[in-house]
Amino acid sequence: MNCKFDIQDLSVYWGNSQLLKRVCMKIPASQILGVIGPAGSGKTTFLRTLNRMNELEPGFKLEGRVLLDGEDIHGHGYDPVSLRKKAGMVFALPIALPMSIYENVVYGPRLAGIRNHDRLDELVEQSLKAAFMWNEVKDRLDMSGLRLSGGQQQRLCLARVLAMEPDVILLDEPCSGLDPISTAKIEEALTELKKRYTVVLVTNNTKQAARIADETAFFLMGELIEIGPTDRMFTAPAQSQTDDYITGRFG
Amino acid sequence: MRIHPRYTQRLAVTILGGATLLTLGVLAFIIVFVLQKGLPAVSIDFLLSNPQDMGRAGGIFTTLIGTIILPLLAIIVAAPLGVSTAVYLTEYTAETRITRMIRFGTDCLAGVPSIIFGLFGFIFFVTTLGMGWSILSGGLTLAFMILPTIIRTTEEAVKAVPKSYRQVSFSLGATRWQTVKRVILPNALPGILTGIMLGVGRSIGETAAVIFTAGSSLRLPSSILDSTRTMAVHFYILAREGISSENAYGTAATLIIAVLLINLTAYWMMNRFIAKRS
Repeated sequence: MNCKFDIQDLSVYWGNSQLLKRVCMKIPASQILGVIGPAGSGKTTFLRTLNRMNELEPGFKLEGRVLLDGEDIHGHGYDPVSLRKKAGMVFALPIALPMSIYENVVYGPRLAGIRNHDRLDELVEQSLKAAFMWNEVKDRLDMSGLRLSGGQQQRLCLARVLAMEPDVILLDEPCSGLDPISTAKIEEALTELKKRYTVVLVTNNTKQAARIADETAFFLMGELIEIGPTDRMFTAPAQSQTDDYITGRFG
Repeated sequence: MRIHPRYTQRLAVTILGGATLLTLGVLAFIIVFVLQKGLPAVSIDFLLSNPQDMGRAGGIFTTLIGTIILPLLAIIVAAPLGVSTAVYLTEYTAETRITRMIRFGTDCLAGVPSIIFGLFGFIFFVTTLGMGWSILSGGLTLAFMILPTIIRTTEEAVKAVPKSYRQVSFSLGATRWQTVKRVILPNALPGILTGIMLGVGRSIGETAAVIFTAGSSLRLPSSILDSTRTMAVHFYILAREGISSENAYGTAATLIIAVLLINLTAYWMMNRFIAKRS
């Protein structure tokens, strides 16, 4: 099994509170890792550590190591900008930037300095297709992204990440505000995408993890309680807390 | 005694509406009064011929030039400086005691009477730097005078851009500067423009700071080291020295129309920009 992220003894602090407690795990490549746990369990903090988004706000402190393809992403001289191009992120709220659909998708590539129009057109078509929305918007790429529905905006966000041609896609509860049909479309896209990308999916919806994740990790109060193949996690969890959470006895 | 909500509601509407009516009424009265007294003097000839005999006769052409060039110079200097400062303070520095002190300082500066800026400009630009009474001295003084306003309005406009836009931009591999250039400035532009227009308005109408620094020469300036006279100063001198009340009101009417035109153009440009983006 090819290992994408290797997380070693990771602790994250914000001010005086410890948000993650000595987390160790390996994230395999070309799979979907589902991350579940109740609110405040550190899932989002964990996800945002993987592309160093936490440090944009003052007060975060970190111990331990996170290796991406064997390289320490917090190491001296590791550029957070290039990390974020490699590990793209989709947020919980669909946020289209106030520009056209086309410009939303090519935002990342343009930042990376791609100017060639044919290349940009190609990226737009390819990314929107992969996000299962090309047919819906191909005739109105000039329309403002803000005028799309929530579900469409979220798929636009996914397409925007794909256009950067990343290695890893990090999703932070991407379907929390979406209707079942939009959710199904995103899940369909992710199942397709894991062939080429490593996907880390934080979700509040345990059923979603059960449906599409290959491996599932369960967080509780900043600790990684358990990680394993989804089938086993949902049928025979090793920890009683996992069992309690999955069966809905708390959280 | 408790008054029935129906009456307090009526009372509120009457008071609020009355205040609005009164404000607008006074404004309208001033404008109509000035236009009525001034417009008869205004003609193409009045606008395009030079003042003669201290402004007793002739037109206001040279003061028109002065009114265009001084605020223009002020904006050219103050807008980039002010916008850069505001972006730096909001985007590049964390909110600390020092930034709060700077913000408080700018607020205080915005409230300093313009004659203080005039005095400063006279001592610093005119005398110490030896620029004399000139367009350069006057423009720089006006720039300093409107800088605090531009900084504060830009700061507010930049802060009003949703935080989530910044997050998305960073997550897509943007540097801070790329985020500022591609997301923050375009979205803050209407607010920034409002601040700049306020600055333009203030410098067009300014007299005290201008008399001290740009002088009041009626000759057509041939370089920015020449003295000049703006319409506001011209109006002040004509009225105060009792030279010609007819030409004074003519100048005032032209000034009002000019400010109106500038504001209309600015809003038209802004709306076009917004329409193009959405």
